[in-house]
Amino acid sequence: MAPARLTLDGLTKAYGDLPVLDDVSFEVGHGEFVAVVGPSGCGKSTLFDVVAGLEPPDGGRVLVDGIDVSGRTDAFAYMPQQDLLFPWRTVLDNTTLGLEVAGMRRREARERARPLFVEFGLAGFEGARPGELSGGMRQRAALLRTVVQERPVLLLDEPFGALDALTRADLQLWLSGVRARFDWTVVLVTHDIREAVFLADRVVVLGPRPTSVRQEVSVELPRPRDLSTITDPVFARAEAELLGALVR
Amino acid sequence: MTEPRTVQAPDSSSRGSVVEPGALRGPQHGGFAALRPQQSHHADVPRRPAEPPAVGARGVRRALAAVLPSLVLVAVGLIAWQWFVTASGVRPQVLPSPLRVAEQGWAAREQIWANTLPTLQVTAVGFAVSLAIGWAVAIAIDFSPWLRRALTPLLVASQTLPIIAIAPLLIIWFGFGLLPKVVVIALVTFFPVAVGLIEGFASTPPAATNLLRSMGASRWQRFRLVRLPQAMPSFFTALRIGITYAVTGAIFAEYVGATAGLGIYMSLQKNSFRTDLVLAAVVVTAVLSVTLFALTFVVERLVIPWHRRA
Repeated sequence: MAPARLTLDGLTKAYGDLPVLDDVSFEVGHGEFVAVVGPSGCGKSTLFDVVAGLEPPDGGRVLVDGIDVSGRTDAFAYMPQQDLLFPWRTVLDNTTLGLEVAGMRRREARERARPLFVEFGLAGFEGARPGELSGGMRQRAALLRTVVQERPVLLLDEPFGALDALTRADLQLWLSGVRARFDWTVVLVTHDIREAVFLADRVVVLGPRPTSVRQEVSVELPRPRDLSTITDPVFARAEAELLGALVR
Repeated sequence: MTEPRTVQAPDSSSRGSVVEPGALRGPQHGGFAALRPQQSHHADVPRRPAEPPAVGARGVRRALAAVLPSLVLVAVGLIAWQWFVTASGVRPQVLPSPLRVAEQGWAAREQIWANTLPTLQVTAVGFAVSLAIGWAVAIAIDFSPWLRRALTPLLVASQTLPIIAIAPLLIIWFGFGLLPKVVVIALVTFFPVAVGLIEGFASTPPAATNLLRSMGASRWQRFRLVRLPQAMPSFFTALRIGITYAVTGAIFAEYVGATAGLGIYMSLQKNSFRTDLVLAAVVVTAVLSVTLFALTFVVERLVIPWHRRA
């Protein structure tokens, strides 16, 4: 059997005397969309920092396609909670930042990012400054900056957490649609159960700190998903199962 | 010396005149003004692009409106002063009237101008040296925690030096030339510049650092792509404080000893009881400071056009 795209193998991490991750293990398949939910303060962000290679694990390994990438950043494209678009760059040049860091010429990087602007609903805003974009557009630009790096795994850390409910629903619908047209492997951290069920193929439930995987719930909903998905009985069952696992 | 607070006041007022035209329109919408940001956020429409920088007749009128209150205040002060001198009959050696300052200053304009150029030169050279030192120190501190610990106490200590006691010694050590004046100006101005830059670099959000690290950015790339532009607004604030200190620093250094310059000119005129010419030179100094101060806004707009629009 081919190794999973991403394998978390017994990750542990402590800050001083405070254990945060206690043997976290799960797998993500090729092209799979996995959501990670957990009570607030359980260590979701720490888990992401460890997986993304920003913090070394105390124990355990992170594997991509069977290769140990623990402490390495180059297998992951990371989207933090804030959009972090820089006002001194145009929207286009914000989206090419990762490519430039990787040493690509600016012109080449722009040619790589530009075609994605239509799909991301940003056409015509290439030369705009981030301050001229709406909240939803800023978040889409941040996601564009993430995916254009073409890393094997996308790590999205509560990307819609700071948005109002309508914009958020709008972006969830959009992401569900756009994701179907690309072959992305995604790990999404969220504390919104409905968001997790709507977007993910599988939801990993973390326990309170020091955290470990408490349960995995498969979301057997057909794709593409749209507004009718949320009235599907399967949706309600998955939501109830997750809520039960979280408050147990 | 000018207090930083008074230096920053024109900054915030002119910022208001540039950024707030939209806000000024708010009250016309009456009670709905408070609701507007929320509404546009819900609809998730792009924000209206910021207004282009004020140029042309409208810009000039707006700029005039911004300085009008201070002009009125100055005019009132001058009239009161003139009236007091005429009414009290005070001798001009003690307090000349503003008209007399203007007349005598104009009569001595060639002499004053000949002394203004050296002051300008000393200010420019001294401030350039100060900027170079400030940048070097700030970058070194940003890259090295060890240097931060080593240099920070020295930076603060340099600000406790009593310049008024050191300046004459500098003349004894380095003579009447450029060097002692450059040292005085650098001593009084490199601190705000360095602190502005250091705090500017440090204002980079940790999440931005993590984002760049996740992209595989080196320490130098993180500095060049994020920390440096991030520090620019704070640097220009520091530049404005520094440039006003630089002029007063130059005047002070010249006052202690020089062959030419507004500082030594004031000293000489004071010794011959020409209070009117001392005050005329003071006016020139003030104009010089305000001009350089205003110039920093022009440079700022050219270097970081994104800042005030954002």
